[in-house]
Parts: sequence; C-alpha cells; structure tokens
Amino acid sequence: MIAIERLADVFVDVADTLVADFDLIEFLHSVAAHATEISGGAAAGLMLTDEDGRLHHMGASSGDARLLELFQLQNAEGPCLDCCRTGQPVISTDLADSVDAWPVFVPRALAAGVHAVHAFPMRLREKVIGGLNVFGQQSGSLSSDQVRVVQALADVATIALIQEQAISRAEMVTEQLQSALNSRIVVEQAKGAVARTFGITVEEAFALLRNHARASRIRLTDLAHTVVTSPDGPSILRRSPSD
Amino acid sequence: MGFHKDAERASLSDVRARHLMEGAAANADLSGHAADLQRLCRAAVDHLRLDGAVIHLMTTSGPSGIGASSDPRSARFGDLPFTTGDGPCLDAFSRRRPVLIPGLEQARDRWPGFSSVALEDGVGAVFSLPLQVGAVAFGVLDLYAWKATRLAEDQVALALAFARVATEILLHAADRKAGSDGSGEEMHHGRLLDHRPEIHQAQGMVMVALGLTLADAMVSMRAHAFSSGRPLIDIAREIISGGPLPDASGP
Repeated sequence: MIAIERLADVFVDVADTLVADFDLIEFLHSVAAHATEISGGAAAGLMLTDEDGRLHHMGASSGDARLLELFQLQNAEGPCLDCCRTGQPVISTDLADSVDAWPVFVPRALAAGVHAVHAFPMRLREKVIGGLNVFGQQSGSLSSDQVRVVQALADVATIALIQEQAISRAEMVTEQLQSALNSRIVVEQAKGAVARTFGITVEEAFALLRNHARASRIRLTDLAHTVVTSPDGPSILRRSPSD
Repeated sequence: MGFHKDAERASLSDVRARHLMEGAAANADLSGHAADLQRLCRAAVDHLRLDGAVIHLMTTSGPSGIGASSDPRSARFGDLPFTTGDGPCLDAFSRRRPVLIPGLEQARDRWPGFSSVALEDGVGAVFSLPLQVGAVAFGVLDLYAWKATRLAEDQVALALAFARVATEILLHAADRKAGSDGSGEEMHHGRLLDHRPEIHQAQGMVMVALGLTLADAMVSMRAHAFSSGRPLIDIAREIISGGPLPDASGP
C-alpha cells in the first residue's frame, strides 16, 4: 500500500507546479522523481515521441550514465518503444525472461542492475505522445496501487505538456511537442556550459541551474537560454538571485 | 544502412526531405548554400502541396534578410513581417516553437498588421517553423498556402524534416572552414541528426572552453568528428569525461 500521506504530498507538489507559470522540463524531471519514489524503483525516465515516431529522452530521476543509456537505447528497441508504439503498458517483471523480445536492451539492463521494467503510455486521446519508464532493481511486479498512481503521473505529464484545457487545434500538439524537444536541448547545452565554467559534473550543473531558477522565480528553460546566449554566459549564476 | 548504427535512429522524413531537396532545381544564378536553400523551398512547396516557402534569416537583434524563397510572390510575403512588425514567423522565432496556422482569417487578431495585408493579398494559411537546435537559432522556414488548409500528420512530419534539413544547411554554412561548396558530405550521414543529451552537453562545454559561439562549438565538434572519422557521440562523451577538446583553430 502507498501511504496516503505520501500520495498527498506527491499530488500537492504536482498541483503546485501546474498552477504556477511552470517550466515543462523541470516538471517532467519531477514527475520522473515521483514515479521512482512511488514505485520504489531504481530510476524512472520520460520519453516523448516525435512526428517520426522517434523517442526523445526528456527527463530522468537518476543521473547514472548506465541508466540514462538504457532510456536512450530504446530508440532501437525496448519496453518504452513498444509501449509508445502500441499505446499499452508494457511490463516485464523479470527481464531475464525478455531477452528474445529485446536482445540488445536486456543484457545492458541486467548489467546496470535493472531486473524489472514497467512502461506506461502518455496518451492523448488516440494519440501516444510518449512513455514513462520505471526500472526496478528486483524482479517483480508493481502493486496495483503503484501501477494506478504511476499511470496517473504519466497522465498528468501529458496534460502538463499539452497545457490547454480543451485542445481545439491538432496543430497545438505539434507546437507543444516541438517546443518541449527544443527546450530539452537548450537545458542540455546550458548544463554543459555551466559544468565547464564551474568545474562540476553535468548533474551538479543541472542542480545548480534548477536551484537558481527556483530561487529567482524564472523558468528553467529561460534561465538555460540566457546562460548560453548572454555575453556573461554561465557566470550570471554567480550572482545571488536577489541581486 | 551502416551509419544508423551509432546515430539515433535517423528520421525517415529527414532522409526523404534531403532527397527531395536534391531533386529540385534552383535558379541558375544561385550556387552553394543559397542554391540548396532555394531547392529546399521549392521541394517543400511541391511535396507538401503548398503554394510558397520562404527562409527568413534572423538574429535576436532582428531579421537579417531572406535566405531563400520558392518564387517571387512568396518572397514578397516573406518581407511582410518586417514591414508590419508582426507575423507568425516573428513569434516562431522569439518563442522558439512552430506556429501552425491552417486558417489565417480565424487567427487575424494575433497579427493584425501582417494579417490585414496577407489576407488582402490572398494568403490563406501560414506555417512557421523555427530553424534551431536548442539555443542556436538561424531563422524560420515559412510555408504558405493561398487557401486555408490543414496539414495532415505525414505533411507535418515532412515539413518539420524540411526545417531540420534547412537548419543543417545553415549550420554547415556557418562553418567557414568548410568552404562554400556546400555539399557537406557529413550531412548525408545520420549522425548529424543526433540529439542525444551528451552531444549538447559537450557543445555547451566547448563553447565555454574555447570561447566560441554555441553554433561554432557544434561546428568544431562536427569537424573534429568528421576529420577523425569517429561518431559525434564518441567525441561528445570524451569531452564530457575531460578528454581533449576539438581544436578551435582547426584544419
């Protein structure tokens, strides 16, 4: 059972983010973190699918390179790719049994200590726009409560991405998806620039950017854009947000 | 195809857009990248079943002119936003996202100046696609239809692919070291469409380390990958783990 207090915390946090002028990249990152916590898994990652059906990694709860690689690998094969193609959840409670389905993905997953995978679709009516992938360190299934809550998180992420109460225009989905994909690239560019400037890892750079954005009440993507395009570059992060 | 192995799965639409572009004709007085961009505009019009295409070159301080257009009539509409001071392409550039307007009449209040002239002159639909890679932005590909029209899903995918190919051409044009022949052999390899996070992280690192613009940082990484015959992702991972940087003064 998921403790009701814990569940309340998660959804209060999600709702708080959504009512404010939120940053999508930051939000998807926090959805991945919540999904990991709820499922008790090793990591969760969020992938979006573009107009060509390619998957783009949008956020993960872990900076572990071997786990990140597992998300990216799924452009060729894997549970998240299958989930995005079918629009149905894809579950492997013991990955060792799924080598035939994913001959490249499974050995790498096992080597990274991942033994179970749940992939939840991000569905917008009949269209699948991505998937939320949960990796477990032990084989076994999530409880039905966990499954429902993680699927709800995937649904909330979908709503956040589309942002409009009533989607009157099909074109808006494309506009939002493309914007999200490009924002993700801006944030990666900024992570690299900040890491190099301060002599820290990209993961530490991401934390620095997020903290600065939150403290200065500017959106992460906007801050990231300023960092890589302004003449002062990443050194703007040296100033305290109150300046 | 071997080059797919180390790249993210190459987009079939990208491959198709590039192929269609190469099959289109440009005016005889154009050469190099200018000819490529005009070919791209014309291929986009033909294969998306639209009526006009313009590539606006822009900087954050304002428009820097028209990079190409499919035909003189479109070129005229291309100038319009810079006269009226509003228009979908300006929004697409500043908001860094596509602006897809299947019926300009219904959206006229968003850009009163642009719409009044464009509607008068018979523009029914406008699709503005930014030419960008993260924070690197070159301008906008504008597609026009004289009648209001929706793009079907496969048309949207192809239109976005044309925008990506145009971005590749402009990125290649930014590579002064590559000369102006514009053929850009490495562009034919799927690797340049690779948007794995590490590549952009390394791009940011190279920008800071070598004091380059973000665009030039990508150009130098690509040149390094191409001259050493290695995948861009390997070069990027090496940079992230503290390995050698591409030589800015390069070959």
